[in-house]
Amino acid sequence: MRLTDLQRDFLGWLASGDDEAAARLPLADPRGLRVYQNNYRGALMACLAESFPQTLLWLGEAAFEGAAARHIDRVPPSSWTLDDYARDFPESLCEDYPYDQEVGELARIELALSQTFIAADARPLQLDQMAHVDWDRAILQTIPALVILPLQTNAADIWIALAEDLPPPATQWAKAQSPLLVWRLDALCRLRSIDADEAAMLACMADGVPFADLCATAIAQWGEEEGLTRTGQGLSRWVGDGLITVLEQ
Amino acid sequence: MPAPRFGLGLRKPHYADFLASPQPVDFIEVISENFMIPGGRPREILRHMRETYPVALHGVSMSVGSADGLRGDYLARLRALVEEIDPFIISDHLCWTRHGAHNSHDLLPLPYTDEALDVVCANVARAQDALGRKMLIENPSSYIAFADSDMSEWDFLTRLTERTGCGLLLDVNNIHVSATNHGFSSAAYLAGVPFDHVEQIHLAGHTRSDDLLIDTHDQPVPDPVWALLRVALARAPGAAVMIERDDAIPPLPDLLAELTIARAIASEVACPCA
Repeated sequence: MRLTDLQRDFLGWLASGDDEAAARLPLADPRGLRVYQNNYRGALMACLAESFPQTLLWLGEAAFEGAAARHIDRVPPSSWTLDDYARDFPESLCEDYPYDQEVGELARIELALSQTFIAADARPLQLDQMAHVDWDRAILQTIPALVILPLQTNAADIWIALAEDLPPPATQWAKAQSPLLVWRLDALCRLRSIDADEAAMLACMADGVPFADLCATAIAQWGEEEGLTRTGQGLSRWVGDGLITVLEQ
Repeated sequence: MPAPRFGLGLRKPHYADFLASPQPVDFIEVISENFMIPGGRPREILRHMRETYPVALHGVSMSVGSADGLRGDYLARLRALVEEIDPFIISDHLCWTRHGAHNSHDLLPLPYTDEALDVVCANVARAQDALGRKMLIENPSSYIAFADSDMSEWDFLTRLTERTGCGLLLDVNNIHVSATNHGFSSAAYLAGVPFDHVEQIHLAGHTRSDDLLIDTHDQPVPDPVWALLRVALARAPGAAVMIERDDAIPPLPDLLAELTIARAIASEVACPCA
């Protein structure tokens, strides 16, 4: 059997666990096959449990393991790193729990925390550097370790309660999406709810935007006085939270 | 400067110990993939550790046995880490983990055939070119054997070193596990190893499950593995020796005590009259 065919068939058997597929493998001694099957599913199950600890608590162990097992059956791992296997699990949970939207949102929060934890480093603008910035030429960009999640439920409050070992609140649904900001500051991941206007301003800085354009957009939306006030207040908070870097033209 | 000799695999439960004060190890080994990330605290810790300790990068996902070759994005990430950390050893396993887009995240065994040897040699050569460094390849533990294997694992490794110039990372626990599972002699294995190419030795523990030994890295190094270390060090006296513990990780002093045993064995082998 050619090596490429053997490897294709072996992975097919790992994913399916099918006895007929195992019987087709050209083995001299098949006794240890179960070890590989256990390793494969065990590693993926452990990855999901470690990546989504509060989602596991919210669902309960049996329900979480059931959802994880269905995900493992549906989605074979494709990345070189096991950590990436967590990436698609929130979508699977949304499919599994279409009427319990907080489940998928809890998982999205945990995925965002994992992603920001290892996102690229940056040198965020410091408050004491603001006086030295040429604001007419400055381009503002959000740090790589920043994610904005549009949430429809109080999943953030549930996550915080579970993480602090407190009784979680009952699920509540919002009429409008409530954005949640997740970011890393000083090696620690943080989160806070923001309003739609702040979410839009942060989103427009993701690829870098001249500060002058940011002000012009705010003035167009809220008028000169309120637009500049909002931009100034936002800028002060974003710098305090370590959310933005400055690239000068 | 003498080559680092005795080290530990650095794992999360021991970060605080290593950050708090210098530990009596000559080097640390880390799992490469855990640090092939864009940034954040893990990479910061590794940079910090590198200021104090020589570092060995030990990979689990290069997949040198993949029939469809290596992934360029993987090599690029590993090269970036190598350039930043300047490890004294870069290693991975004689195994395959991936085919096409499907990754197993397990160290899967190869049939020991001429075709597989051609594949592994081509992949190791490509990796060494991409990294600009020699690699060490580790003998795996295995639980199955293939009907069409036509050479022993040690012959396969010998021919691999001859064709690619790579070095060997000899895991003596893996030898014991595979020898027990497949019914061959550990002594015969060691007799066939090209020790001129052995630059590092791994020590670990295992678990028995029914009729198989499983390479779990969750137990202290057992006596049969210490015995193999003694034989290996007699043939490769300059090899760097380290202990791998990946599960049921004990307090750091427990692992340092095991490392003291390894140092004592090395001393006895170097000077048997002492």
